[in-house]
Amino acid sequence: MTALVFLVPIALFLGLLGLVAFFWALKSGQYEDVDGAAWRALQDEETPRGEAAGRSGNQDRL
Amino acid sequence: MSCCSPALDLAENEGRVLGADLRGEELKHAGRLGADGTVTYVFSVPAIHCGACIAAVEDALGPLPGVVSARVNLTLRRLTVVLAPESAPSGTTPLRLVETLERLGYPATPVDLGDLDQLARERESGKLLLALGIAGFAAANVMLLSVSVWSGADEATRDLFHLISALIAVPAVAISGQVFFRSAFVALRAGRLNMDVPISLALLLSLGLSLYESLSGGAEAYFDAAVTLTFFLLVGRYLDQLMRERARSAVLGIARLAAKGATRIVDGEPVLVPIDEVEAGMHLRVPAGERMPVDARVLAGASDLDRSLVTGESEPVAAGPGLRIEAGVLNLTGPLDVEALSGAKDSFLAEMTAMMEAAEQGRGAYVRIADRMARLYAPAVHLLAAAAFLGWLVATGGDWYQAVTVAIAVLIVTCPCALGLAVPVVHVIGASRLFQAGILMKDGSALERLAEIDTVLFDKTGTLTTGTPRLARTDFLSDQESAAARALAARSHHPASRAIRAGLEAVAEPDLEAVREVAGSGVEAMIAGRRARLGRPGWVAEIAAPEGRHVDGGLGDGIEDERPRGGKGHVAFAFEGAPTVSFSLDEAVRQGAAPALAALRDAVLSVEVLSGDGEAPVGRLAGMLDIERAACRQSPADKIARIRTLQAEGHQVLMVGDGLNDAPSLAAGNVSMAPASACDAGRLAADFVFTRENLAAVPFAFDVAKRAKALVRTNFALAILYNAVAVPLAMAGLVTPLVAAIAMSASSILVVANSLRLTRGGHTVRSADVEDQTAALAPGAVKAPRTERLEIAA
Repeated sequence: MTALVFLVPIALFLGLLGLVAFFWALKSGQYEDVDGAAWRALQDEETPRGEAAGRSGNQDRL
Repeated sequence: MSCCSPALDLAENEGRVLGADLRGEELKHAGRLGADGTVTYVFSVPAIHCGACIAAVEDALGPLPGVVSARVNLTLRRLTVVLAPESAPSGTTPLRLVETLERLGYPATPVDLGDLDQLARERESGKLLLALGIAGFAAANVMLLSVSVWSGADEATRDLFHLISALIAVPAVAISGQVFFRSAFVALRAGRLNMDVPISLALLLSLGLSLYESLSGGAEAYFDAAVTLTFFLLVGRYLDQLMRERARSAVLGIARLAAKGATRIVDGEPVLVPIDEVEAGMHLRVPAGERMPVDARVLAGASDLDRSLVTGESEPVAAGPGLRIEAGVLNLTGPLDVEALSGAKDSFLAEMTAMMEAAEQGRGAYVRIADRMARLYAPAVHLLAAAAFLGWLVATGGDWYQAVTVAIAVLIVTCPCALGLAVPVVHVIGASRLFQAGILMKDGSALERLAEIDTVLFDKTGTLTTGTPRLARTDFLSDQESAAARALAARSHHPASRAIRAGLEAVAEPDLEAVREVAGSGVEAMIAGRRARLGRPGWVAEIAAPEGRHVDGGLGDGIEDERPRGGKGHVAFAFEGAPTVSFSLDEAVRQGAAPALAALRDAVLSVEVLSGDGEAPVGRLAGMLDIERAACRQSPADKIARIRTLQAEGHQVLMVGDGLNDAPSLAAGNVSMAPASACDAGRLAADFVFTRENLAAVPFAFDVAKRAKALVRTNFALAILYNAVAVPLAMAGLVTPLVAAIAMSASSILVVANSLRLTRGGHTVRSADVEDQTAALAPGAVKAPRTERLEIAA
């Protein structure tokens, strides 16, 4: 039973970590365009789209 | 990925060149100046719908000079562009952005940033998501501890776990449960019961009892029930809220590009004044391509007017001095000097707004099905809990502890998790199904109301028809004439010119010289040294050879205009000294109108037409589409009266319309739909807005609504079934925390799984009909998107 002394805090800590990660994702706007993010993951590109200027990433488009 | 190809041909922009300067000015005002001098524009681009669109739009705009960033939000169909400070050389103007987008086949309208800010302020979904995150974290961890207790943790360990659970659950419920507590408090203070009252009661009582249990070393605590309850209920709330916000922002997106000012003539000089400052008696100038800012009388000038959005008349009307014009009428061909007859606040537009508001109030408050359930459910739950409490008190001979425990168990078990999810999950799925088909839903209850209808009323111009004329016949033209006519047609705003241009085959066009547009008559130019005219037959005949040959098109499949020659349905073309060629125009029936109406009739709905247009065109359309009841020359008041009569007879009415004259009746109908081409007032009043041309959207939406209603019903049935089993067990005192947790989760999951059935099957054929339009809508089909928007000035 002494194992509980550190197992329970570890479990709670990990859970909290997940919660904090969720808050961060929420705050940094990652839930603003869920549909778009799904598509963007499929596009290969060298620079992050949106900031990129002068790059044509049309090869993957049919 | 291949659902939309890059633009194949260029959208035909010639017609808009004249208005470009003006549009550019207006567009500039849509931006927001950042602290670093950059200007941010937000555009609504409803045609964006997949990953290829994102790439196409961002790749096209990104390289333009002066564009700092261009980013698409696919969820909201929106594009945010940041432009470098305006002083930058060779910078891109917002007009260029819009034109680039249009060339690609993505018509865009700027979003009013003020409205956007207001939307952001009112945003609740972010807060709910936060609450949901906290509740989820608490539910997972408390459940972890509870499982250990259920699997046999003994004395000291159990008490420790209960205490840790309490430490997590109490703050979590205090933060996440606020939505319910607040709503319950408001309801109680108003002397009402809503679903949140038993929810709050169950949360508070179960936490209180569990705290007492864990502090006194008892065996049973309901912490897990309290947090999972919060979690499931929040999921329902979040989905509900998300849908409302999406719907609202979608409507915002397709909102206006409005005439915010008017050109006033002071001492012969034009001065731009804000629309609010226009007063009766002012002299204004309205250029071709603009809408009337207020009601006015023509002082000088000649032009043609498009009144279709205002009165439902499809024919352009000639305007000359003395004519009275309603606000919102589009001036087509020549500048008009007018005298304002009203200020912005008491113009025809304002009158329509007032009528719309009155109609909306008359509609009466629709009570959503979930609220109706809550009205029955909440008292029943309280009665059951009280009965259990009293029953056990008597049966045990005054054992308060036992009685309270059982009463709380009843409250927890009956807690409307499944009920709370039953409606929002279905509606969210239904709304996204509609969204995919290009139909925006503005109100959560609209889907419920749509499922109830038994009568559909259509407006004619702009709804059953496209509102723009179409060339019926193109025979008897030599290539040379055809090319010349097409080139001339490009120089005018007049809908007839556009129809002729669109109807004639694209060929190499001759060069035009000395082009002039004669308002009310037509366009004239010199082509290779010969004078050529396109326009009113009488005017064209002036230069033509005396014996013309006429093409009386009479066999088109549209609604033909059989007016005597020289009427406005006919346009003529001639080279000087050569025979006249006349074109006849008809009004194009909206794509998919006939199958859509057939589908509605199959669904045993009665269909009627209410039009502001004259008898002949309405009659022809009704005959063609096989509509039994068609009323013509309907004023806005007549339309409302018809709707009221039907409603008094107990019918539920769906109104489909687009014009300003339809706006009050859209508000009066039990539920309403408008095409995206509708005027602002119409779109604002409508519950659904369909962004694709095809009228199949109407039966499609009805179908989704009916299926959603059926699913909501089965969801309620499941929830009631669950209660029928669980409540007797709880009242018998047999529900332990373990049983409560399993029962609650199981019922919620069952309801969600049932709702997901809406995403599949049922109406693949019709949905394909609607989705086919995607391909057609992409580049070519949006040749003439209506960009002139009309705003209610009040």
